[in-house]
Amino acid sequence: MGYVVSNVAVAVLVAGAFWVARSVRRSDLWRGAAVDLWRRRPVAIVVVGIYVAIGLLDSVSWVGGGGTAAGDLVAQHKPRSVIDRLFPESFKERSYSAPFATAEFYGGQPLGNPGRHVFGTDILGRDVLRLVLKGTRIALLIGGLTSLIVIPLALFFGICAGYFGGRIDDAVFFVMSTLASIPSLLLLIALIMAMGQGPVQVCIAMGVTSWVGFCRVVRGETFKLRELDYIQAARALGVSEARIILRHVLPNLMHLVVITFVLLFSGLVLSEAILAWLGIGIDGSWGQMIDQARDELARDPIVWWNLSAASAALFGLILAVNLLGDAVRDVLDPRTLREEP
Amino acid sequence: MLAYVIRRGLYGVVTILGVLGLLYVLFFLYADPLDMAQRAVGEKAPPEVLQQWIENHGYDRPAHVQLVDHYVRMLTFDFGRSDADDAPIARRLREGAIPSLSFTLPTFALGLPLAIGLSLFVAYFRETYIDRAGVVMAVLAMSVSVLLYIIGGQFLLGKLLHWFPISGFDASPDVILRFIALPVLIGVVGGVGSDVRFYRTVFVEETNRDYVRTARAKGCGDGRIMARHVLRNAMIPILTRVVVAIPFLFTGSLLVESFFGIPGLGAMTVEAIQGNDFSTLRVMVYIGALAFVGFQILTDISYTLVDPRVRLG
Amino acid sequence: MSEPVLSVEGLVTSFPGSGGQRLTVVDDVSFSLDEGEVLALVGESGCGKSMTAFSIMRLVPKPGHIGPGSIRLCGKDVLSLRVTEMRDVRGSDAAMIFQEPMTSLNPVQTVGSQVVEAIRLHERISVGDARRRTAELFERVGIPDPADRLDAYPHELSGGLKQRVMIAMALSLRPRLLIADEPTTALDVTIQAQILELMRELQRELGTAILLITHDLGVVNELSDRIAVMYAGRIVEEAPRKTLLSAPRHPYTQGLLRSIPSLARAGERLAEIEGVVPAASEWPAGCRFSTRCPRVEDRCRSEPPRPHVFGPDHRAFCHVAAREAGA
Repeated sequence: MGYVVSNVAVAVLVAGAFWVARSVRRSDLWRGAAVDLWRRRPVAIVVVGIYVAIGLLDSVSWVGGGGTAAGDLVAQHKPRSVIDRLFPESFKERSYSAPFATAEFYGGQPLGNPGRHVFGTDILGRDVLRLVLKGTRIALLIGGLTSLIVIPLALFFGICAGYFGGRIDDAVFFVMSTLASIPSLLLLIALIMAMGQGPVQVCIAMGVTSWVGFCRVVRGETFKLRELDYIQAARALGVSEARIILRHVLPNLMHLVVITFVLLFSGLVLSEAILAWLGIGIDGSWGQMIDQARDELARDPIVWWNLSAASAALFGLILAVNLLGDAVRDVLDPRTLREEP
Repeated sequence: MLAYVIRRGLYGVVTILGVLGLLYVLFFLYADPLDMAQRAVGEKAPPEVLQQWIENHGYDRPAHVQLVDHYVRMLTFDFGRSDADDAPIARRLREGAIPSLSFTLPTFALGLPLAIGLSLFVAYFRETYIDRAGVVMAVLAMSVSVLLYIIGGQFLLGKLLHWFPISGFDASPDVILRFIALPVLIGVVGGVGSDVRFYRTVFVEETNRDYVRTARAKGCGDGRIMARHVLRNAMIPILTRVVVAIPFLFTGSLLVESFFGIPGLGAMTVEAIQGNDFSTLRVMVYIGALAFVGFQILTDISYTLVDPRVRLG
Repeated sequence: MSEPVLSVEGLVTSFPGSGGQRLTVVDDVSFSLDEGEVLALVGESGCGKSMTAFSIMRLVPKPGHIGPGSIRLCGKDVLSLRVTEMRDVRGSDAAMIFQEPMTSLNPVQTVGSQVVEAIRLHERISVGDARRRTAELFERVGIPDPADRLDAYPHELSGGLKQRVMIAMALSLRPRLLIADEPTTALDVTIQAQILELMRELQRELGTAILLITHDLGVVNELSDRIAVMYAGRIVEEAPRKTLLSAPRHPYTQGLLRSIPSLARAGERLAEIEGVVPAASEWPAGCRFSTRCPRVEDRCRSEPPRPHVFGPDHRAFCHVAAREAGA
């Protein structure tokens, strides 16, 4: 039933995106920021948009429909996504083949689908383009799901520490220091080995190792916000703490949330690639493809398309997100705002 | 000053105790001794052999006994034996230290001045095309995964051009350079992108401050401003960043060592991961945390030297 | 009559705005300053007075552009100097002190070494001699324990003391022009009085001309010989102090003076100038004050007023005032 959950999640995401777009359009500040962002980095936005579209297409799946071999009952009852359906089951070869080749790489046997594999096929004969496209979803999952863990966690602890101070702050600070004292890759490895290697566990592990940085920022900002006159006034008026936090503190942290989300995203995806290399990544990710491909360069003649396609996809997304992240920070960070004449 | 150091040291100790607690939770509460025994001895081994292994490694004792033992042994640096091959861990640590350092120290020593120099250069020319090009190149450089630098570097420079040996390590002084050259090169290039982007931002922010305007108003030239005024004020965020970067040296060493066949601490950690060797992994994480806490204390002390506003109170 | 220390003609300073237009924050400003004179440049925040000061020192922040127009300082054409020549001018021909003493000093350097640096940038003098001179300067500006304070860091000094350090640094090379950008705004009222008193003494003693930028008419009254009033990037009135304060001609100046609360009129409503300063992108074609002027006429909205002389050294840019004076 996992695919139903995935479909629902996509629907929720799309609905959420519309809701966010509507809120942004209503607020002068955010709308101005969005327009500014589009002006600065339209290419990066479009590229990220393409990746997101591919990821979404791969997340919507259903059972049935054509495209499978007649007697293959297993395949017929497996949920397949939109991306899957672009590549019928018969598209597999037996082993390596170069991009657009008509014959197998080793041995020269004719292919089942000559000239149709844009990025060639891997050792198991799977079309590399399809693998790369499916890896998009994993990458977005890593960045998105993990951020979904990191941001609320950091917000919660950071606001509590910054707003209530005292013993709560001491406790949170201690937890932060302890976690931060362990080199994050090592902690990541330890967590995954303890929890198991499924995608959710990997995301949780990455979340645990990444929330401290943002939490520190939130804590610092909340300290400053707490001393602002209008917050003090609200407290003097007897407004409940919860209301103050929700209505005054949280909205003032939103720009930091956006900046952090974008900046964190690329770091997370790159981390997963390293985990994949160590053998504890998520199945189907580009990192895993790179890991599996590393021996291929040692072959003679070399097999280069697997590695190149996955690397290019990874680089493309990370570069676009990084450029976008820079622009987001320029647009939303109040310190850089001050530099306008 | 002494009181401050002592206080920071004590807090560091408390942090380490916390780290050890976390490690205990991760490694002992979650790990299944039977699993570990099977992985070490073999899945098909008869139950008595597995049980013997579990007893030998002390995994059959009650939880609180193991907890105390864990703390005592870690704090006294009694690291015991590897789960995978029963070799004493402490000895492996000693053997692995030199190869690791021979690669991480040069990377650090070369990478830091290079990054600062490039950033100063780019920040001096801020808002010009030099600056823009520099930033774009930095972002490009940091968007490439370390893996690709390693694979690419090894392939291009090792296999194709035969400039460096592909892998291996020999610590004898006359040949060691050949073996660490490529790893160091990759380590520096891989890190310079994000460092330059960060330092440049810091430098540019400092140049927008009021005291720089005052310096200009009294006739200071731009070069002198960068070198004497901006750099000193930028030391604080730079120091912070340098400390944060040290664990990344460790990470980089994990990948580089295993890929280039350098028998250092990083390679040891990778083997421990792949062999599910918890007792070694536990020690590696502990050492990493110790190093990190130690460096943080050093940095805090160096803040007081660099920034007169930070008085030791 | 010798050449004025500072002569600004038709100065225009602009910034690129959004959508490709240029925002002219200093628009065709002209004034001059004689040897030893104190000219106060007065106006609300955002009227361009600080930018005028920065333009004179060529310290306008990066996307800004100074020009067209001319600035002659101590006989030199500032806008055509090379960068190295400008550096020589800064600090020795003209010096500047700023509004925020808290952030205007380098926090990681001792105050003594910052003044020493200022001196040694322009004179070949040993560190020891420069330090001695700095200690003397500190004493002259009223810093207690001057020799000890040489090695103090900025955060160890109060706001008033920091501003004294800034003044000492600015005057260390005996410049002929001192530009003071809101020198007392960030200080307590009692300290303000002390600093102004100090500036007055030094000005008499050294004969330095001062361009005093401020929005505070009280400060103006303490220190200036002549006053120029700026509004939305332009000068609207210029006159000797007594004349301007007693008989202003421009409606804006009149409004400013009227709005000062006075014990003599206790119990009355505070007078205000209606409306707000228009944003730089929305300036009217004619007189910029026309959107708020109580005496506005049709002509004001479309035709920029030309200067009309009302008396010795007294000119104002107002159609209505000019007509009433018989233009």
